[in-house]
Amino acid sequence: MPLTPEDIRRLSLLARIEIAPAVAPQIHAQLNGLFNLVAQLQAVDTKGIEPLCHPIAAIEEMTLRLRDDVATETDQRDANMKNAPQQENGLFLVPRVLE
Amino acid sequence: MSFAFASLKQLRAALDCKHVSAVELAEYFLNRAEAAQDLNTFLHLDRALTLAEARAADAQLASGNTTALTGIPVAHKDIFVTQDWRSTAGSRMLANYTSPFDATVVEKLKQAGMVSLGKLNCDEFAMGSSNENSAFGAVKNPWDKAKIPGGSSGGSAAAVAAGLTPAATGTDTGGSLRQPASMCGITAIKPTYGTVSRYGMIAFASSLDQGGPMAKSAEDCAILLDAMAGFDERDSTSVDVSKTSRKNLVAAPNLAKFVEKHALKASTGAAFQGIRVGVPTEFFASGLSADVAQLVKSAIAEFEKQGAVIVELSLPRTALSIPAYYVIAPAEASSNLSRFDGVRYGHRAADYKDLGDMIAKSRSEGFGAEVKRRILVGAYVLSHGYYDAYYLQAQKVRRLIAQDFQDAFTKCDFIMGPVAPTTAWKMGEKSVDPISMYLEDIFTLGASLAGLPGMSVPCGFSDGMPVGLQIIGNYFDEARMLAVAHQYQLVTDWHTRAPEAFK
Amino acid sequence: MSASPNGGGKGSPAGWVDGAPAGWEVVIGLETHAQLSTASKIFSGSKTTYGAAPNTQANAVDLALPGTLPVLNRGAVQAAIKFGLAIGAEIAPRSVFARKNYFYPDLPKGYQISQFELPVVVGGTIPIVVDGVEKSVQLTRAHLEEDAGKSLHEGLDSMGVSGIDLNRAGTPLLEIVTEPVMRSAQEAVAYAKALHGIVTWIGICDGNMQEGSFRCDANVSVRRAGDPKLGTRCEIKNVNSFRFLERAIEYEIRRQIEMIEDGGKVVQETRLYDADRDETRSMRSKEDSMDYRYFPDPDLLPLVITEAEVEAIRATMTELPEAMRQRFVRDYGLSEYDARLLTQSKAFADYFVTCAEETGEPKLVSNWIAGELSALLNRNGLSIEHCYVAAAQLASIVIALKKEVINGKGAKDLLYAMWEKEELARDLLVDALIKQMGLEQISDATAIEKIIDEVLAANQKSVDEFKSGKEKAFQSLVGQVMKASKGKANPAQVNEILKAKLT
Repeated sequence: MPLTPEDIRRLSLLARIEIAPAVAPQIHAQLNGLFNLVAQLQAVDTKGIEPLCHPIAAIEEMTLRLRDDVATETDQRDANMKNAPQQENGLFLVPRVLE
Repeated sequence: MSFAFASLKQLRAALDCKHVSAVELAEYFLNRAEAAQDLNTFLHLDRALTLAEARAADAQLASGNTTALTGIPVAHKDIFVTQDWRSTAGSRMLANYTSPFDATVVEKLKQAGMVSLGKLNCDEFAMGSSNENSAFGAVKNPWDKAKIPGGSSGGSAAAVAAGLTPAATGTDTGGSLRQPASMCGITAIKPTYGTVSRYGMIAFASSLDQGGPMAKSAEDCAILLDAMAGFDERDSTSVDVSKTSRKNLVAAPNLAKFVEKHALKASTGAAFQGIRVGVPTEFFASGLSADVAQLVKSAIAEFEKQGAVIVELSLPRTALSIPAYYVIAPAEASSNLSRFDGVRYGHRAADYKDLGDMIAKSRSEGFGAEVKRRILVGAYVLSHGYYDAYYLQAQKVRRLIAQDFQDAFTKCDFIMGPVAPTTAWKMGEKSVDPISMYLEDIFTLGASLAGLPGMSVPCGFSDGMPVGLQIIGNYFDEARMLAVAHQYQLVTDWHTRAPEAFK
Repeated sequence: MSASPNGGGKGSPAGWVDGAPAGWEVVIGLETHAQLSTASKIFSGSKTTYGAAPNTQANAVDLALPGTLPVLNRGAVQAAIKFGLAIGAEIAPRSVFARKNYFYPDLPKGYQISQFELPVVVGGTIPIVVDGVEKSVQLTRAHLEEDAGKSLHEGLDSMGVSGIDLNRAGTPLLEIVTEPVMRSAQEAVAYAKALHGIVTWIGICDGNMQEGSFRCDANVSVRRAGDPKLGTRCEIKNVNSFRFLERAIEYEIRRQIEMIEDGGKVVQETRLYDADRDETRSMRSKEDSMDYRYFPDPDLLPLVITEAEVEAIRATMTELPEAMRQRFVRDYGLSEYDARLLTQSKAFADYFVTCAEETGEPKLVSNWIAGELSALLNRNGLSIEHCYVAAAQLASIVIALKKEVINGKGAKDLLYAMWEKEELARDLLVDALIKQMGLEQISDATAIEKIIDEVLAANQKSVDEFKSGKEKAFQSLVGQVMKASKGKANPAQVNEILKAKLT
């Protein structure tokens, strides 16, 4: 099922990726090209097949490893915020958040 | 002696017998890298930083407290974050980003005494097969500067091939270690998923990304992987092999020793006695260029000559690996790249109306066309009403593909075939049609989806351009793979060839 | 929380029947976010303490710096298991963490790690009592997730910016979701209080609503009585007290009914409760905000919990309030009301149990706690945690009473005197205070006799009245004797000796 221009607009909003009107038709065509290819998947019978989340789960059960509840971190604010586009008094600054 | 194309063991010997110091070796490669700037392999060189590491390595050498890699230079794909060098992921988004910490891989190689030369160009966020997607310009193939080096670890492959560094790190999501290695005539291994820590690797597709070494030979790769691999508690997908059913297999840090031990067999002339090589018919179907097919077949014939048994088999869902991959990888990427919003780091647009506009503009300006395309695709396949049909279905097909490989490994020890359907193509040739480039990944995607280890080993030249043989092994079978590749390299010399302009 | 048993507060507004205006039915479901009292965050080793300087408790993982990965905190999982056991739910043997994708500046990764299709806790019930009627609230699920950071506006408005503090980002949350089974604001509040009681009782959450440790969102819809179809629901957020929860729901019920009666339609949306104006207002209804593109987080494997792990946690769990309440009624002969009051919180129960064990007089202790102590707590609006008189002190008072060192009046005077000293009271030694205040009961028959003789001599009129058959005069004489002894005479002895003297 080909994507509509409305789909493209919705994806642009969802993904916060602006699409200039000039390139929209091209991107639209490229995405449809990919989804033509992807359509092959629909023909595969996957009844009873579990999705593969971690590759090694193909041969044995893989389970999550847990960390002990210990606070190990010290304050690294200066290092962690050194790339901030805008900051003041230890806060990241952004255009006003409206709630 | 020329160090540019020396093996790691040769460099080790030269350092150990004080023929050269770590500082001299670092300067040697820095000079070569600076002289070869037209290849556009390095994104960030910093002589002072490198020489400081080299001096530390020399102190280690003087103290006698050394590893196989102490004092040997390495360069990192700019997907691995580093404290000292910028970490850009080949993206405008991170053009000025410096990480407050080193990636586990970077840390481990530093601990092993390697001297970092700097950061290597790559496709933006590792998305691409030609290195044309870097925000900092395309990398040129040292064998023909009009051609692409492959991608996404193109800077790494080209730098090793041109003798600008003896070793490099790379990452592979759908073939990004193997394909550029093939196109630049070097050796690379993508280990089993979970073997090399992903901590500090800027994520593209979490369930597929895997780091690995790129070097001249399988022997070098074994030495490097010994130092790179290992369980990391900071990565929840990292696998402790000793706790799996494959615990009896030889793993890092004992790969190089294993490779060396098994090399002795090569002298008997029956190096591959008892080895079954599976050749999938699907890997030699239409789309594969005749010259590549011929070179790969003759490489496989070499294995047969040395005693291996060739088994024809089928990987029936090979073609499906393309749609499965191009659903799963963009889906994970679209989510992984959501953190780039201009709030805490990275590019922030100069002009915007409000918060939402700031985020959208920063992302739209910061990301290149291919990255944006994949983010949009990913958002679509995860969105309401499409998730089951696309993402979930692709993950199910992925299991079927992994099962096909397991079936194949009941009949053989290794699977061999081409890495890519063609040799490196001319720059710009395929960039107009991204889908045509996706199709080129057909032979590498299967091992990526299944999380299997895969190598590219040089096996000849077509019109002066290198061709790689792909070797796919079963889970955690890196030691035997590397040993087999090394034995092949003992009887061939493709991996020792260097591009004339860089000798 | 005040010292009154769990249950609804004041009744419904005038004219409402069963929590809704006549002819209407209200359907309420609650989603509660309980911050888990772990030492470190759910996916990183950062501290979780409240009120630190901005971004000093947000590490590279919490800030979603490139290359970082999550590792799950065992403490958070154990807290979820405890909760599941406390409410008789199923602990999922396998649950999955998923990414909930949306952009917001306080959400560093651009997605929240949560659980979607497979939560860790499934089902369970929580009993509530409203207007003396018991009801069981069914839970749908409880799942683990990470909290977001905070946007701050204070002092920044003039610059047109907000500040982002990510200290809270990554704090573990248990989101507890009920079925839509509540039919009035009173039921919702009773449920919220009962839930609050449980999570604080088992020690997984500090329950501090002011600091946001326990946050309720209410899904409210209305339908005409008898209508089988559910109405369109609105989600009310930002309710940080039980009182506001009740008011917010009642406002929302009125708003929805008025809207429908005026011929309008309720729009599904998120509404914010504004306590200052006592109203809810529309928060966001952006078209894309609903599509969270959930998918299993590829950075995390399935969470597997074995039966042995569940049993190990069950073995460490303290008696739950419901069981304790039943035991108090059964073993101590307490009233249902008193037992419920004493088990309203872990702190309350601990207070009672300490007193009961030290005195061996559970019934007597219960009377004092339910009577005088609760009255004092309510008078000062204090919770038992901040009670001026410690449990051991109340026990000493009760022991003194039991040993007849003091009488009931003396005990009461003592308690009130201690209370007046507020915090200082906790340092006082009860025995010393009894002496200091001269509260020792006079049980010496000679001394009592002396007082009685004096009273009889001075009250010949009452003596005569009694002798002429007026029983009332006897009580008046007892009163005079007690007064003359400054309330310290043993009342039983006074009665006995007086009766002997007069007959």
